[in-house]
Amino acid sequence: MEQALSPEQIEFQHYARRWLAENMPKAPDFELPSSPIEVATLEQKDYLQSWQRRCYEARLVGCSYPTAYGGWGMPGCQSIANRELARARAPFLLNLIALNMAAPTILKHGSEEQKRRFLPGCLSGDEIWCQGFSEPGAGSDLASAQTSCERQGDDWVVNGHKLWTSLGHYASWMILIARSSRDDKYRGLTYFICPVANTPGVTVRPLIKMTGARGFNEILLEDVRIPDTLRLGAVGEGWTVAMTTLTHERGAAEGAGGGSGTTDPTERLIAHVRRMQRDGMSAAEDPVTRDQLMKLVIRSRGMQLNARRARVAELCDHPLRLPLQSKLLTSELLQDVARLGAELSGGLGQLAPLDGSAPDGGYWSREYMNSFGFTIAAGTSEIQRNILGERVLGLEKSK
Amino acid sequence: MPFEESGPDTERFGYGAEEALLRQQARKFLDEHAGLATLRRLVGDHEAVYERGELPAYDAEAWRKCVELGWPLLAVPESCGGLGARMVAVAALVEEVGRHAFPSPLIATLMSSLVLRQAHSPEANRWLGRIAEGTTLALAIGDRSGGWDLDASEVRAARRGAEVVLDGTAYAVQDAFKVDGFLVAAHTDEGLCLVVVERGARGLEVVRDHIFDLTRDQGHLTLSGVRVAKDAVVVAPRSGLHVLERAWPGVLTVVSADLVGASEWQLQTTVEYAKVRKQFDRTIGFFQAVKHPLVDAMIEIDLARSHLYDAACCIDVDPAHAEQPARMAKAAASDAARVMSKHSVQLHGGIGFTWECDVHLFFKRNQHNAALYGDGVHQRRKLAAAILGPAGN
Repeated sequence: MEQALSPEQIEFQHYARRWLAENMPKAPDFELPSSPIEVATLEQKDYLQSWQRRCYEARLVGCSYPTAYGGWGMPGCQSIANRELARARAPFLLNLIALNMAAPTILKHGSEEQKRRFLPGCLSGDEIWCQGFSEPGAGSDLASAQTSCERQGDDWVVNGHKLWTSLGHYASWMILIARSSRDDKYRGLTYFICPVANTPGVTVRPLIKMTGARGFNEILLEDVRIPDTLRLGAVGEGWTVAMTTLTHERGAAEGAGGGSGTTDPTERLIAHVRRMQRDGMSAAEDPVTRDQLMKLVIRSRGMQLNARRARVAELCDHPLRLPLQSKLLTSELLQDVARLGAELSGGLGQLAPLDGSAPDGGYWSREYMNSFGFTIAAGTSEIQRNILGERVLGLEKSK
Repeated sequence: MPFEESGPDTERFGYGAEEALLRQQARKFLDEHAGLATLRRLVGDHEAVYERGELPAYDAEAWRKCVELGWPLLAVPESCGGLGARMVAVAALVEEVGRHAFPSPLIATLMSSLVLRQAHSPEANRWLGRIAEGTTLALAIGDRSGGWDLDASEVRAARRGAEVVLDGTAYAVQDAFKVDGFLVAAHTDEGLCLVVVERGARGLEVVRDHIFDLTRDQGHLTLSGVRVAKDAVVVAPRSGLHVLERAWPGVLTVVSADLVGASEWQLQTTVEYAKVRKQFDRTIGFFQAVKHPLVDAMIEIDLARSHLYDAACCIDVDPAHAEQPARMAKAAASDAARVMSKHSVQLHGGIGFTWECDVHLFFKRNQHNAALYGDGVHQRRKLAAAILGPAGN
């Protein structure tokens, strides 16, 4: 059952709302990427990094972390801050992978020294983090990772190839899983905090997305030396530690993809429908378009209501039933919204952003392509359906 | 500073301890008195209901107990002797009714009381009082087309002295053979009015519609010079359409709740089957071709369920804006029920295609409710008109 807000929390909510009303940053004169994991230029990165710093100093980030680790020691306040940030339509927080994956993992599995060293930079955004999990041969089957680590004195020597490392080009640190033993698929993995910037043996190369834009990277690791003090959890316990990260990643992917709490993606679609023509009539008058649009509006609203219902335990048959749906729902809604937007643009929808006469700046077709980033990353939609079928419905595991 | 969207009522959809208790009692009662074996005995006798075409039965004794439990009183205001429960309580109860595909005059009566309580007339309040005492009513507002325009009634009413005379036919009357009377929409020269006609009135014939759904009945009323006293007119001409429109979110919410409950039964039953049925040395739930459709159906049911509570809550706290949430709920619930119903038969394989298997009972109830008072397409058409303005040709 949801707890009512305490007087302190209500006061914090007032404060957060007031602070955001007074301190919202000016919109930049360049376009911001659609999610923090797609930051491609230095000006985008600087703008978002300084916004996170200001939010952190205003106590809207790191609320529930202990003060010893750079947090503000205000339990229960982060979800309030997140809701207010979404409500104010504030720019997103750049250090997404740190906040949603690295920090909770370090807090749970890290040594005292690791917590003191790394958590403050995660929260303030001063140190950017990326994720080194996926490999060319290890996508949905993550535990088949082949990047190797070998103990040499006080160090580990790491060799391998990591993929889809968003923010890698700006990252100071990477959360990394590597194979310490070939004897056991799951118990042969070990988890590290790996230095990235200015590190011998680490090469960050941009990967070009299908849209043509940059936004993520591949990282080559060649005889990279990581001190044993940067190991997170015991040798061979990397999969267990990674589970903590992955559990939090779903929430992060949801945040990155919009969805509950953030802007409703159908609002922009409705505006687009009002502008477009369809076979000689306004698309807003076309019965087929209206039906397709209303389906998405109903779905989007349903997802917001799912988030509300998930907080009322008596209205949820299984505690994970709604939370485990949200990444799948959010990413597929974004895809469906973008696809309808692109289809509605008709022949003009194939004009790319570089063409000055593209409707909505070529936004819809580009976003349709970008949407696959969300339906594939952080566990593909197919893997999400397996997880739901097995963990919620209790069906036999499809290994 | 107001925090409108985080008030206790909307944040929990107004669902509190009382509502949870009602649901719990309802589930216990229905498990005990309206389990699958009972349902099959009442409505599943192939010889009777199919070969001989008899009306499927319902358990009048169980219904008497429901009245004792106060279920038909839920939507009756306290000032008329009812319980004046929140709509979210009604939704929770009807979800359980749907989950058991329970045949009874409950839903028809709940809908009638939702309409009557919008009338705010002494005549309507008198009938609300009678519902509180155990009288059952059904809406008789449909036309022959099977569409759901609220002013499409094919009944006319005319004043004759101290009486009102009704002529015409009212279609798609739900559980017409279980109720004590009908709330008939009738046209007059001044507009639509609502009149209560009691079963047994002279000139009234209740004609059975043969429908697939065995868990309810349906009929149409032919009215030939039916005379009723003036005080049977519970909503005066000119106000009838307005009253129906105001009550409509509640009516849609009740059907949505039934759909959500019945769909959840289909989901759980099909999942249980997929856990035990083996083919190729595996339970069939192992295969993604079975697992993924079940997950997709669950997702649709959950979206519909969240819409359901939002619609109910909105009727409780902001009734002037309840139409859109209710139409969204009915659209989502109708579509979820159709997806789930399809998979419930398909994934049961050959046995799912037989009369012997229970899934057809819920399949038929859900198809019926998905269409009743407008399916997804109908609701989205109405929503589009509200959000985007009129459609083109």
